[in-house]
Amino acid sequence: MYVKLKIFRFDPLIDKEPHYDTFVVEADSTDRLLDCLNKVRWEQDGSLAYRMSCAHGICGSDGMTINGVSALACQKLVRDYEADKEILFEPLSVFPVVKDLVVDMDDFFAKERSVHPSDGIVLTEAEEDKEHLQTIEQRSRFDDDIKCIMCACCVSACPVSQKEDPEYVGPAAILRAHRYIFDSRMKDQFERLQIMDKPHGAWSCKTYYRCTLVCPKAIQVTKHILEVRRKILDELRPKNSGSTQHV
Amino acid sequence: MIHECDAAIIGAGIAGLTAALAASETCNVAVISKVYASRSHSGAAQGGIAAALGNEEEDHWEWHMFDTVKGSDYLADQDIAEILAREAPPRVIELEHLGVPFSRDSEGKIEQRLFGGHTRNFGEAPVRRACYASDRTGRVIMDTLYDHCLVRGVKIFNEVFVTSLLTSEGLCCGVSGYELATGEPMIFHAKAVLLATGGCGRIFKTTSMSFAATGDGFALAFDAGVPLEDMEFVQFHPTGIYGLGILVSEAARAEGGVLRNGKGERFMERYAPLLKDLAPRDIISRAILTEIAEGRGIGGSDYVYLDLTHLSKEQLQLKLSEVTSFVRTYLGIDASESPIPVAPTCHYMMGGIPTDAQARVLGDGKSAVLPGLYAAGECACVSVHGANRLGTNSLVDLVVFGRRAGLDIADYVSKNPSVPLPADVELKISSRVDALLAADGKEHVATIREEMEKVMTRLCSVFRDKNGLEQALNKVHELQGKMANLGLSHREKRFNYELEESVELNNMLKLSEVIVHSALQREESRGAHYRNDFPERNDEAWLKHTLVFHVATGLETLYKPVVVTRFEPKPRVY
Repeated sequence: MYVKLKIFRFDPLIDKEPHYDTFVVEADSTDRLLDCLNKVRWEQDGSLAYRMSCAHGICGSDGMTINGVSALACQKLVRDYEADKEILFEPLSVFPVVKDLVVDMDDFFAKERSVHPSDGIVLTEAEEDKEHLQTIEQRSRFDDDIKCIMCACCVSACPVSQKEDPEYVGPAAILRAHRYIFDSRMKDQFERLQIMDKPHGAWSCKTYYRCTLVCPKAIQVTKHILEVRRKILDELRPKNSGSTQHV
Repeated sequence: MIHECDAAIIGAGIAGLTAALAASETCNVAVISKVYASRSHSGAAQGGIAAALGNEEEDHWEWHMFDTVKGSDYLADQDIAEILAREAPPRVIELEHLGVPFSRDSEGKIEQRLFGGHTRNFGEAPVRRACYASDRTGRVIMDTLYDHCLVRGVKIFNEVFVTSLLTSEGLCCGVSGYELATGEPMIFHAKAVLLATGGCGRIFKTTSMSFAATGDGFALAFDAGVPLEDMEFVQFHPTGIYGLGILVSEAARAEGGVLRNGKGERFMERYAPLLKDLAPRDIISRAILTEIAEGRGIGGSDYVYLDLTHLSKEQLQLKLSEVTSFVRTYLGIDASESPIPVAPTCHYMMGGIPTDAQARVLGDGKSAVLPGLYAAGECACVSVHGANRLGTNSLVDLVVFGRRAGLDIADYVSKNPSVPLPADVELKISSRVDALLAADGKEHVATIREEMEKVMTRLCSVFRDKNGLEQALNKVHELQGKMANLGLSHREKRFNYELEESVELNNMLKLSEVIVHSALQREESRGAHYRNDFPERNDEAWLKHTLVFHVATGLETLYKPVVVTRFEPKPRVY
């Protein structure tokens, strides 16, 4: 069968404004959309720019906007889309376009970094040659978080990150904080909670649930953001304390 | 741009990040990755990391060492296998102390599961030695190391493609390459360089490896005059998703999955009566292809089934969630209801850049350390996996020898002065990029690459013979000739992936030549290297490591003895 791809093209150093190019490639219904993009680059237009690496949804390189939805091109198959209709490829939103489907991820990774407290990642004491003990239940509290591959699809899909509060730390970074906040082996997490409590932190989420809908790893992102908020209330503003911020 | 640092670490997978954390205690480290660091391929490791913790049942490092040596078909250096097995438990505990979220047993300890070729009491029965985190063990180890690197301020240079090692006065003094975003030169002036660049599975048509696995580190060392060791030993993992090659972890069989042929038979009973579906990978891959060749593939076709339908949904969800989601996404199959079509897929290079136990690169392949140059992880050959690596021994290799590299680098850097960069390094790399960009021949990267993948898969994968290997060598030479007539379709420097792919292809063709050449010389069958025309292992003639050098006249082969300490070679039955 043939697949028609309509692809966003933009080189900010050369082009005044973006345009779209259309390509037709031969593909099987079970081919990945990434396979189709590769056919374009390898057989038709060597200048097309997009990132990719593992091609099976583990590395997080090929996040992009496909028919308006943030997704990994390697996780979507031709058969997932209506036959005979062109498929639209655009870069992730929120992030500045560097070339075609490649966006600048520096801000994304800086925000991931920002959730770590000044003393870093500190665990409770353990015997030198023994692991910390952690029950299966304790471990399951953050099992969902560690599926994250930092593809940034959640941030790209979030209306808050897109428009309402561009400084919002974003769903992926809050999820990373959640991973440590709910790990029973960690030393107190007050500072991390304080970071989450700041403006543009966990309270900026407006529970649109778009992050949860698009997450390529099916992580319950919004639910975990709400858990972080609950934890902020419980730990930083315990009832009857009178204090609003610090414990 | 010239960056000054004490140590340049090429590759941000688990070996590179482990070394970075160890070295950054005392020195200024730059980690350089051609992809964003968190995209590195260690993150795709699924099943587990081996360590004789004995959490679930009795286990000893001596047993782990024995399994590693036997699994290697006695080609591993036994002093090194001993280091791996002894240091695995403390390294895994260290990972846990850094925060790696291992799955837990009912006592709250790190849970351990079975894995291929890992046994109790020197081969008696399978043993639970693999520490794991569901089937995303590599991902969680890499993410934890990455977070620690971030908070400790380790400098990470993303999307920088290293194309040359720099030497001066006989010492390694850095690397040069270019930034993918701009095409502009990037020089790292360093006292020490660690190559931690992973494998080169992209040489083959079907592979579990990422597109980035193009063997750049092997080629950097080889170009600098270092030989490559044991490159004929290429691991084909038995269970790649049919047609795609995406890995279905051995953990699927560790949890109870079985392989079945077209007649519904559990055929591994015939090939490995004791360990069956948990035999080492080389044996299972040959068994699958033998079943297929004898007409017992599914419906007579070229795949078999991996059957998980008897496992509970809960077990699949908890222990194999990535694998079941791959199968759902790419095949539309619910693994709890239908068997998974699988076939062998290129997975791992046992061979690589020869190093000593401190990960120092041996310039002559034997004993002469090339000062300042290190290699660790898949691109290195220390040699601990010999002719066949056991599952879960790769992750432990990365942390054991990654740490040794980091510590030795810190020591080396503290004791040695910086040597000046060679003259005109920036000019050299920018004119190289310009020359590549100017290529206006008729040949295309994608076409040559496809031909390479095809010929290597057809003639140099699981089963090999003299005739086929000679044909493959001729074909590789022909393709190398075509590279001289390469043309790029556009000349833009910024994010020019065609440019990057042309350098990668050049690297892969070099490595293809070394792999085929090494395989052609080795007239025996051992581990992953199987010769139809020499089907037996021959210890008298071939219990030795291959070293291939690049010399003016082509390739030159030397050999070096295998270190045998505790375990005399014996017939390898499971």
